[in-house]
Amino acid sequence: MNATAEALFVAEPFQAAGDVVIDCTVNKIFYGDFLAVRDSVVPIEKKKITGFIGPSGCGKSTVLRSLNRMNDLISVFRFEGNVIYHGQDIYAKKVDPVVVRRYIGMVFQQPNPFSMSIFDNVAFGLRLNRFKGDIEERVERALQRAALWKEVKDKLKNSGLSLSGGQQQRLCIARAIATEPDVLLMDEPCSALDPIATRQVEELMLELKENYTLAMVTHNMQQATRVADTTAFFSVDISQGGRTGYLVEMGPTRQIFEDPREQLTKEYISGEFS
Amino acid sequence: MSNLFQAANASGGVSGPPSAGEYATDRLFRGIALSSAFVIILLVAYILWELGREAAPAVGEYGLSFITGSTWNASKAQFSVLPEIWGTLYSSLLALVLGGAFGIAIAIFLTQDFINHRLATVFRTIVEMLAAIPSVVFGLWGIYVLIPLLKPGAEWLHQSLGWFPLFGTDLAGPGMAPAALVLAIMILPTVAAISVDAFRRIPYKVKEAAYGMGTTRWEAILKVMLPTASSGVLAALVLGFGRALGETMALAMLIGNSNQISLSLFSPANTLASLLASNFPEAGRVEVQALMYAALVLLAITFLVNVAGLAVQQYTIRKFEGKP
Repeated sequence: MNATAEALFVAEPFQAAGDVVIDCTVNKIFYGDFLAVRDSVVPIEKKKITGFIGPSGCGKSTVLRSLNRMNDLISVFRFEGNVIYHGQDIYAKKVDPVVVRRYIGMVFQQPNPFSMSIFDNVAFGLRLNRFKGDIEERVERALQRAALWKEVKDKLKNSGLSLSGGQQQRLCIARAIATEPDVLLMDEPCSALDPIATRQVEELMLELKENYTLAMVTHNMQQATRVADTTAFFSVDISQGGRTGYLVEMGPTRQIFEDPREQLTKEYISGEFS
Repeated sequence: MSNLFQAANASGGVSGPPSAGEYATDRLFRGIALSSAFVIILLVAYILWELGREAAPAVGEYGLSFITGSTWNASKAQFSVLPEIWGTLYSSLLALVLGGAFGIAIAIFLTQDFINHRLATVFRTIVEMLAAIPSVVFGLWGIYVLIPLLKPGAEWLHQSLGWFPLFGTDLAGPGMAPAALVLAIMILPTVAAISVDAFRRIPYKVKEAAYGMGTTRWEAILKVMLPTASSGVLAALVLGFGRALGETMALAMLIGNSNQISLSLFSPANTLASLLASNFPEAGRVEVQALMYAALVLLAITFLVNVAGLAVQQYTIRKFEGKP
């Protein structure tokens, strides 16, 4: 601990050009006593793909998971700040996190299909939201968009867990997009996929952003340059005794990768430190 | 033992094969494990053979009519066990429905974040302590506490809903209802403990996936957690049912030992295990042979139930988990 601490670095706020669908202002995120993330303003633009990059432990996943209150599953999690979604702070007392998650979907790093048939996996959200239309048509469309339809169309009754790892992840993507949620959060969605499947998922993301908003954590900087319109770079601050993540710089992907303002960003994208 | 790859250590590596001693230990352990498994199989086969030998005269004498008739009269040398088969299955099924439902509910309560972890462990230990209570204590409790407690309710049910087969008779004392209730309590720890393990085995990422879809807690539990744990929960139910089928002492004290087939919850009945326990002490040579035959029937029922349970479990594993 440095008693004469200088003022902590805080990133310049990013002024989004278009509409902002989720305006996230993190003051502090705690796990118990541990300060995981501090002072990060991350606006998520409508119908754009926002990429979160940064070294391990920088809090990018934590911030992403705060956007649909997934972190509420952890009992010691505490969020200070606000996340304004359609004019409403999702951390307000009257907001039920269950409702938030129905509008802001999520795809996880590890494939996690349910112990049920492929069809039931994809139809899960539709049934949950009491969808009255043609479930079969929606399931087929979701599987097609997730680039999985051709492989599974003859075995929709088989268990989702009978698929290979890459197929399972695409199944989870199909499950998440079947209800066409307004915003889709993806936490390193391609880390379990081979390059071909990765490319298919990236194409899907580009297609989805025509109508929906996406935010994605990725460890793969090429992936960020390929799909993200806006990139937020996080780093981890060990000067305060803990390992606290914070936003270093956020801007159009092109600017972040070609003309970063911050020295830290420059070093990270050129691979000078992990 | 010579090292075939000695040359591979040329640049200073220290890799080497296991020693002769290590190989010998390996073989020794394999031998012990194999012979233990073999001894168990031999033991089962021996018990079956011995039972079959003792029961052979009765099997020859009564044949299939033993399991279709309903008299047990030692003085006339008439022996048949249909009411006992019925009583065994009926009491066990009732116990399974009650104990199973409560056991699974307890497992859900203990694993799905309703109470904190330490409290859950205490709670689980208490439930498991139920399994340590001797059967005869349950029997005594049934006679002195449960039956008097049930009587007024049973009387009321019989008088107002007597037309309904389940309440067709009055509870005179021992009977199906107290027996099944005590059985349910006895299988509860088995069902609960194994179901708790089944729920605990569900990876965290499955829970995340469920809540990530926007499920409420009950939706997550009923639509995701329960199907995921289903093979383990089924195993719990099969084991609980098996335990109920074979339970002896408490039933001998509570079921009334009466040779009749009735749907009524309040009528006295009998089970195979209870028949064996009550009749052995004073049985003559012929009756002992008949009792051995009854034991074989009980064994066959238990075996069939276990096989059926396994089949259902395998089916759910294939259906839900996609494993061949």
